[in-house]
Amino acid sequence: MTEHTGVEIRLDHVTKRYPGQEAPAVDDVSMTLPAGRITVFVGPSGCGKTTTMKMINRLIEPTSGTITMGGEDVLSMDPDKLRRRIGYAIQQAGLFPHLTVAQNIGVVPGLLGWDKSRVADRVREMLDLVGLDDDFAGRFPRSLSGGQQQRVGVARALAADPPVLLMDEPFGAVDPITRGNLQDELLNLQSELGKTIVFVTHDFDEAVKLGDRIAVLGPRSRVLQYDTPEAILANPADDTVAGFVGAGASLKQLTLLRVRDVEVDRDSAVTASAVDSVADLRTRMTGRGAQWALVLDRRNRPSRWVHARDLAAATSLAAVGKPVGDSVSLKSTLQDALEAILTEGGNAVVTGSRGEYLGTIGLETVTAVIARLRDEHAEVES
Amino acid sequence: MSLWEFIAQRWDRLLPEAALHASAVIQCTAIAAVAGVALGVAVYRSPTGSALATALTSAILTVPSFALLGLLIPVLGLGVPPTVVALVLYALLPIVRNTIVGLAGVDPAITDAARGIGMNRLRVLTRVELRLAWPAILAGIRVSTQLLMGIAAIAAYAKGPGLGTEIFSGLARAGSANATNQALAGTIGIVVLALVVDGLYVLVARLTVSRGIRD
Repeated sequence: MTEHTGVEIRLDHVTKRYPGQEAPAVDDVSMTLPAGRITVFVGPSGCGKTTTMKMINRLIEPTSGTITMGGEDVLSMDPDKLRRRIGYAIQQAGLFPHLTVAQNIGVVPGLLGWDKSRVADRVREMLDLVGLDDDFAGRFPRSLSGGQQQRVGVARALAADPPVLLMDEPFGAVDPITRGNLQDELLNLQSELGKTIVFVTHDFDEAVKLGDRIAVLGPRSRVLQYDTPEAILANPADDTVAGFVGAGASLKQLTLLRVRDVEVDRDSAVTASAVDSVADLRTRMTGRGAQWALVLDRRNRPSRWVHARDLAAATSLAAVGKPVGDSVSLKSTLQDALEAILTEGGNAVVTGSRGEYLGTIGLETVTAVIARLRDEHAEVES
Repeated sequence: MSLWEFIAQRWDRLLPEAALHASAVIQCTAIAAVAGVALGVAVYRSPTGSALATALTSAILTVPSFALLGLLIPVLGLGVPPTVVALVLYALLPIVRNTIVGLAGVDPAITDAARGIGMNRLRVLTRVELRLAWPAILAGIRVSTQLLMGIAAIAAYAKGPGLGTEIFSGLARAGSANATNQALAGTIGIVVLALVVDGLYVLVARLTVSRGIRD
């Protein structure tokens, strides 16, 4: 299921002014959020990103401007009915403590008037979707860990299958490991569901990881840059954005690319099978002028690196050299690859889905990718 | 005659009086609960309103019960009407204050989530806020009930129903036979009644407070 169920959201000259305040909280924001994609609003605390998001489901009413969802004007809809069509997940989940997990998830279907058996089925389906056992259905939120509460929060937001999902720093209050897992799960869910997701965070790394598009917002929610994560990292629009992107933009770019996106050097290393003769390998290494060779096991998986001088005293290839430490798969990020390159002190081994040897990746490949990205986005700019 | 003999002898009078006493207290608490929660709901969003409601109901509580009943008799006559009005007024403060505190204590993130997933104001109030504030409200109602148990005895001064009749009549006959026993019988009856009703509240709390928010 890869078709997108989400709808496009448009903000057109949206302004929010609070009475008694001179400057508007949100000043003339126009933006189109593509259907079925994750758009991240990122910016410092108090920049109005949450206010901007809450105007989409009208928890905050805009002072002026228009907002449409799938072409429909949200400002002319009944706000409660509108909100039942928009999933809403917030920091610390905001679960109802007096209701069980199942009742929490079933709230919106209940408001929509689904019958009991349909709600029950849906609750089971949602628990499964967010990776929680059926046993959780009867438990109360306070007996759940922060990560589990967040999962229930997401399940509740998605229960009525809304085309749009608003998420306000939903993973802000959990530990970094759980946060990473929840982010991965959200990406998996999204690849299945294709919702239009608006995600608010102040964590730029989170924005880079989750966003198809990132809107970097400044004071009064002014859009400083609205682009793909790659483009923002390669070419921040101004100093403020650059400051927000922070140090290590190039390293962050590497998290966006996978090993399969770049050229894997298929015959940079001399390879041998563990049963090959030592003399034969030595001849081949001398022929290529190589210092190192890679020994593969019977199932073609990389097992050891062998240096030329190891071979002098060796009688068999089965136990010489040092084991391959870190290897990367085609699905690994270039950041993982760089880590492996640094750990191994040379080219990193790339393996396929069953662990078989595919080739190697070197430092020069990684630096070339960064240089290419810089060029591409610089050209777009000029 | 010992106290116990007195009680055994007057059992047929004491029992209906105890029933009337309990009935008056519980009905007045119920009226006060409805009025107090309604008042609390009306004002809890406004700090000024909350302060005003609390001050007003506190002021009522500072009026001595004898005085209040005495003031009500010329207006409402004797018997049930002044008793009910006085008891309801005295019961308001704990209920109003606990309703305000309970509702104000609901985590704004939870009400925000409730609004955000499409509950209207009334639903948020009845299905989320009041449910979460219920333990506090119930505690207020419980305190009010205890308060009224004692005050209801004074209502006998206005010819109200209940065990207060025994106490007043005992005190009026001070020095004559069984006068002390009579006053004590009424007093002990009220204490026992208060303990029984308080036990019932524990049961009510167990049945009506969600396991998710029970201590």
